[in-house]
Amino acid sequence: MKILIRQGRVVDPANGIDEVRDVLVDNGVVADSGRQITKDADTVIDAAGKIVIPGIIDMHVHLREPGREDKETVATGTRAALAGGVTTVLAMPNTDPAMDGVENVRRLSDIVGKTAVARVLVSGAMTLGRAGREPVAAKDLKRAGVVALTDDGSSVDDPEVMKAVLQAAKEAKLLVICHCEDRGISGRGVVNLGYMSTRLGLQGIPRQAEVKRVERDIELAGMTGCPIHIAHVSCRESVDLIWRAKEKGMRITAETAPHYFSLTEEALADYDTNFKINPPLRTAEDVAAMRGGLKDGTIDCIASDHAPHTENEKEIEFDRAEFGVVGLETELAVAITELIEKHVLGWPQVVERLCVGPARVLGYGRGHLKAGAPADIAVVDPAAAWEVTKNGFVSKSRNSAFLGRTLKGRVTHTILDGEVVFARQ
Amino acid sequence: MKTKSVWTRKDLLGLEPLTREELELLLATAESFKEVIGRTVKKVPALRGKTIVNLFYEPSTRTRVSFEIAAKRLSADVINIATESSSVRKGETLIDTGRNIEALKVDLIVVRHNCSGAAAMLARHLRASVINAGDGWHEHPTQALLDMFTLKEKLGRLEGIRVSIVGDIAHSRVARSNIWGLTKMGAHVTVCAPPLLVPPGIERMGVHVTSSIEEALDGADAINVLRMQFERDTGEAFPKQLEYFKTYGITVERLKKAKENLLVMHPGPINRGIEMASDVADGVNSVILEQVTNGIAVRMAVLFLVAQANEPEKKSEKKNGTKR
Repeated sequence: MKILIRQGRVVDPANGIDEVRDVLVDNGVVADSGRQITKDADTVIDAAGKIVIPGIIDMHVHLREPGREDKETVATGTRAALAGGVTTVLAMPNTDPAMDGVENVRRLSDIVGKTAVARVLVSGAMTLGRAGREPVAAKDLKRAGVVALTDDGSSVDDPEVMKAVLQAAKEAKLLVICHCEDRGISGRGVVNLGYMSTRLGLQGIPRQAEVKRVERDIELAGMTGCPIHIAHVSCRESVDLIWRAKEKGMRITAETAPHYFSLTEEALADYDTNFKINPPLRTAEDVAAMRGGLKDGTIDCIASDHAPHTENEKEIEFDRAEFGVVGLETELAVAITELIEKHVLGWPQVVERLCVGPARVLGYGRGHLKAGAPADIAVVDPAAAWEVTKNGFVSKSRNSAFLGRTLKGRVTHTILDGEVVFARQ
Repeated sequence: MKTKSVWTRKDLLGLEPLTREELELLLATAESFKEVIGRTVKKVPALRGKTIVNLFYEPSTRTRVSFEIAAKRLSADVINIATESSSVRKGETLIDTGRNIEALKVDLIVVRHNCSGAAAMLARHLRASVINAGDGWHEHPTQALLDMFTLKEKLGRLEGIRVSIVGDIAHSRVARSNIWGLTKMGAHVTVCAPPLLVPPGIERMGVHVTSSIEEALDGADAINVLRMQFERDTGEAFPKQLEYFKTYGITVERLKKAKENLLVMHPGPINRGIEMASDVADGVNSVILEQVTNGIAVRMAVLFLVAQANEPEKKSEKKNGTKR
């Protein structure tokens, strides 16, 4: 099966390429790329006026299986991924049961093997039952195939336990992904603490809940020498802390999500629970800091924190609604609309954050289009404007923070291991 | 009625979205209803044939009774639903409960709920009118309207008057509604509370903030003293009762330094000896019981205007809002 993608603007920052080219895919890999390729192909994709990028690697995705198949499954979540140009996801382990042991990981890997249509990397929990008390058997989990450990959704409060987790992860050569939230500070808060929480009469989450925990986890990473990755950064001060740690040469990486570089707490004015997210939407200053961090590389990755929930869990009183939004199908378009169109980042930088950064953080050999590399590719029409609607989602859930918004840029084709796995009608 | 404005809102969810003209219309309408409730036959046929449901998810006696009396004075049929007696305990969602009430051909739902934003959510999903009778810490618009009505009745105006709101501002929907309403009407509002109970950014709502009760009283035309709820369980730090009374309690002694004709208000129920001394609550400055009476007139005005606005066939012919 040969696919020739013709005359698209190929943006492949890992190889320093940003020019109009042809890309030839053969036998699952990138066979050739150049100004003009005259070879025959089974499929020709006319990419004139389009952008050709490596498939997106989204390192923060809740597929909800096993346990909450009413929200999402491996099958529906990976289909949603492909529609968004995402070819690899890192599945978060806060499933039911949690991915805290070899048996559970094998069970998930089995489901992935049978039903996934995109590549799924699996992460393991840091503690048994994600309870924050007993570290998992890191080496066993590594052997079972997990690529990272995280208790995402909560943080390990006990610093001794966290230290033990980091030590074990280091020995097992596993990345630790930190959900930084001190629940002693965030308490029962539901939105950012500030003018909006005051105006809406909702309990606020102080920014210190994140910042203090980022500070602590960086410190523990320093003590143990275990590399850590800070998930869903939302506060300006966190960016500063990460920048300083990187300056010191520490192996700290970080991600932020599209909603944190594009939305503020002002979006909450109508109590729309699709803006109820943890960490919460913050202020314009924080949005600017996320953009700055993405620009200067303090923030390595954009990850969606795709968190599907049913309407029953969202169309209820604000205090009672679940936290989180879906993101796989909108992350690229939000990046184009909010970063490229607004001249915050150029295409190479956006591809760096969506593809190259996550591949580097995860030690994963994709995210680029060098000859011989697995052909994971997304073809994007950068000019296509589309409205985000409930009925437009491939995901099982529709709890998007961008419903009703018109976004710029849409994936037309997604190629995984050399096969066209998604083509927009 | 001098004002030319017409009420077009299906719901009353808060005072924040209202214009000054809308507030004036509400207060003027309440004024004409106050005359009605002073008559020997205290009833007008304005809402005859309308059905109003009081849907209360929080215990409340005075607000519910006030709404009930207001509805009856307008000749509407009233049904009260309290959480104890309904299917909400069986896990029915607020929206489903609202839709079921609407399916019973109810015209207007008065809702009290412990979650901020609950009334707004209900209003979004229903064609029936929704009146917010208090949602969480967010707003309690009819309480603020009756406070404003009382102030205007006593002082002759709202523009330029000085009102201090004292107490747990952070958790008070009464405070928020009063702040929006009074500042829109041109009053100067000061909020006074222990620093822990001042929510962040409150000054952006157009108020002056102080932690000194002396400063709050100095030069004020009125003080609105909030009920201190020491039974709250939010996991947050909270001052001790006696300590609070010593520092912020309204006493005859403290009133000596205030304007002689200072109006003392309270949304009730009063914690005597905690936020206010008994002799102040019952003293010459107190207008607390008049507030309660005015609550009926204000709620009649709200029910009347909202019901009129939600009547599609009348929308076009009705130009002058308040003819009865």
